[in-house]
Amino acid sequence: MDGSAILARLVERFDRHIVETHAYRGDHTAVVGREALSDVLSVCRDDEALGFDVLMDLTAVDYLRYRGREDGPRFEVVYHLYSIRHNHRLRVKTRVDEDDAVVPTAVPLWPIANWFEREVWDMFGVRFAGHPDPRRLLMYEEFVGHPLRKDYPIDRRQPLIGPKI
Amino acid sequence: MAERAVREFMLGEGGGTGGGSQNLTVGIGPAHPAMHGIIRIVTELDGETIVNADVEIGYLHRAFEKDCEVGGWNNAIPYTDRLNYVSPLINNFAYAAAVEKLLGIEVTDRCKYIRTIMSEISRISDHLTCVGASAMELGAFTVFLYMIKAREYLWELVEAVTGARLTISYGRVGGVKADLPEGFGDGVKKAFGEVREVLGEVHRLLTGNRIFMDRMVGVGALSREETIGYAITGPLLRAVGVPYDVRRAQPHWAYDRVAFEIPTQPDGDNYARYLVRMAEMEQSMRIAEQALASIPGGAINVDFEGRAIDPAAYVDRGKQGKTEGLLLIPVTLSPNLQGQDRAALGRVNAADKRVVLPSKNDAYGSIEGLMNHFMLIMEGYGIRPPQGEAYFATEGANGELGFYVVSDGGDRPYRVRCRPPCLPPVAALPRMIEGQMIADLIPTFGSVNMIGGELDR
Repeated sequence: MDGSAILARLVERFDRHIVETHAYRGDHTAVVGREALSDVLSVCRDDEALGFDVLMDLTAVDYLRYRGREDGPRFEVVYHLYSIRHNHRLRVKTRVDEDDAVVPTAVPLWPIANWFEREVWDMFGVRFAGHPDPRRLLMYEEFVGHPLRKDYPIDRRQPLIGPKI
Repeated sequence: MAERAVREFMLGEGGGTGGGSQNLTVGIGPAHPAMHGIIRIVTELDGETIVNADVEIGYLHRAFEKDCEVGGWNNAIPYTDRLNYVSPLINNFAYAAAVEKLLGIEVTDRCKYIRTIMSEISRISDHLTCVGASAMELGAFTVFLYMIKAREYLWELVEAVTGARLTISYGRVGGVKADLPEGFGDGVKKAFGEVREVLGEVHRLLTGNRIFMDRMVGVGALSREETIGYAITGPLLRAVGVPYDVRRAQPHWAYDRVAFEIPTQPDGDNYARYLVRMAEMEQSMRIAEQALASIPGGAINVDFEGRAIDPAAYVDRGKQGKTEGLLLIPVTLSPNLQGQDRAALGRVNAADKRVVLPSKNDAYGSIEGLMNHFMLIMEGYGIRPPQGEAYFATEGANGELGFYVVSDGGDRPYRVRCRPPCLPPVAALPRMIEGQMIADLIPTFGSVNMIGGELDR
C-alpha cells in the first residue's frame, strides 16, 4: 500500500487522535495521541490491508534543545513498522511531556518491544505502562539518570558498580 | 553437619537438599571461554536442561548514539566502524546513506557500485567469521582456520581499498573516501577463487557431518511467528522460510541492477541458519562480480543538492580572474592518499563542495581548496541538513541495519539511532535455548552471531 494511502486509512479510522501526518524524504509518519496509541498500533498490526507484522525499531528522541521545539512536549517515542506481506513501512510517533513520560507498552503486540522499551526507559527515562520487566537494558541498575537525555552531560562520570549477586 | 553445609553450597540453599531435586542457577559469562562476545546468560538448570534463561547485555556499551550528537555529521563515520566490527563497511555506507536521504541527495552511479561491491565483500567476511567460529565451538577447529584464511583474502581487498582492515572509515556522506585501487578486479577474482575453494572444503567437512548435524539439526529452533514477532531479520528470518531481504524489498545502490537469489530454509534451526549463510556467501560473490563487471566510470561524490562533483569545480575560476596559472600548485601526494587525487575523487563522490571534502591536490594546492576543506571541518559549518528526520535501512550481515537520523538544521546530528540487527535475535535467545541442554546453548549462540559492538552500542 502506498504510504499516503496508509496515512489516509489511519486518519479515516482514528480521526482526531491522529495529531499530525507528514511524508518527508519518502518516509511516511503519523503522530498519534498517546490515548489512542495502543489502538493505532494494534490496528496497524491486525488490519488486513496494513499488516505491519514487524516492529522494526522503537526508540525515542529528546526535543529539549531542538530549535523551535523548546516548549513542546519533550519526548517523542518513535515506532518504525514494517510489513513483510505488503513491503511497506510506516513511522508512528507519540509525544509525551517530561513530567508525565509514560507510554502504553507494545509488548502484547510484538515481543521484541520488551527489549526496545527497556532500552528507551534506560536511555531516556520514558516509562512504558504495563511492561512486564521494566529493568534497564544497557546500563547497570545502579546507574543514575538517563544518558541520552539532552541535559545529561556527555562527560559525566559515575562509579561503576560491579554485577549483582 | 559440615558435610551438609558443603552439600547445600553445591546444590543451593533450602531444606530440600537432602532429597529430591531443585533447580540450579548458573551464570554463563560475561567472559566465558566457549562464547565469543561479552554477554551474561543467567540460566536456571534442571539437571542439564535449561528451564529459564535471562540475557544481560550492555557490557560493551560505549555511548555510540550520544557520541554522534557531539561532532559533525561526518564525525560519526569512525564510530559506525565499531558497530559491527566484522563488516564495518556496511555500517559506514548505511549511516552515510541515511544522512544522504535526509539531505535529499543521490550519490553517483560509480559510488553506488562501489558501495554494493564492498558491502558484499563485508557480508562474506561476516558470514565466514560466524560459521567458522560456531564450527570451532563444536570442535571443528579446521573449519575455523580455513574460514579465517579465506577471510584474510577478503580483508586484504578491504585493506587495498580503504587502507585499514577493521577500522576502515571508508564511507562518506555524499560518496566514499577514495576510488578503487588499480588491479582491484583481479584481486577480487583471486580472493573469490580462494573463498569458493574454502566453501567447497567446508561443505565437504560439515554439511553432511554426523557430529555437526547432531549438534545443529533441531537445535535452537524458533517458529516463524516468533521470529517475526521478535523482529528478527537477516539469515535467521530466511532460515524460517521468509524471503525478506532489504536488498530485494527496497533496492538501493546497485542491488536492483544485479541478479541474485535469496536463499531460504524451512526449519528455523541452527542447521538451517548455517545453510542459509553458506548459500548467501555464494550469492554475495555473484553480486560483487556482476557489479564489478558493469561498474561505470564517472564521479564518486555528489553535492548537497545531488549534483555530481566535477573535481575542477572545487576551484572557483570566476574568482580567480586571470590568475589561472597560479590557481593550483601541483603537489605530490603521499602514497597513503592513493585513490584520493582529484580525478579519482571526482569519479566516486557526489558533486557538492558543501558536503564532500575537496581532493588533497586542491586542499594543499590552492587557497579555494583549503578554504573549502576548512568550511567543511570547522565547527558551525560543514554539512547542515534541513530540519527533519529519515530512516534508511540496508541489509547488514545479521539482518536489517537501519539508521534513524534527526536534524535540527545544525552542523551536528540531533539524534542518531542505529537499529542493531543482532539485538532482536539476542532478545529472543532465551526462547531458543529454553527446554534444551546447556551444551546446545553454544551452537545456538554461535548461530545468532552476536556482535557486541552493535548490540551494546
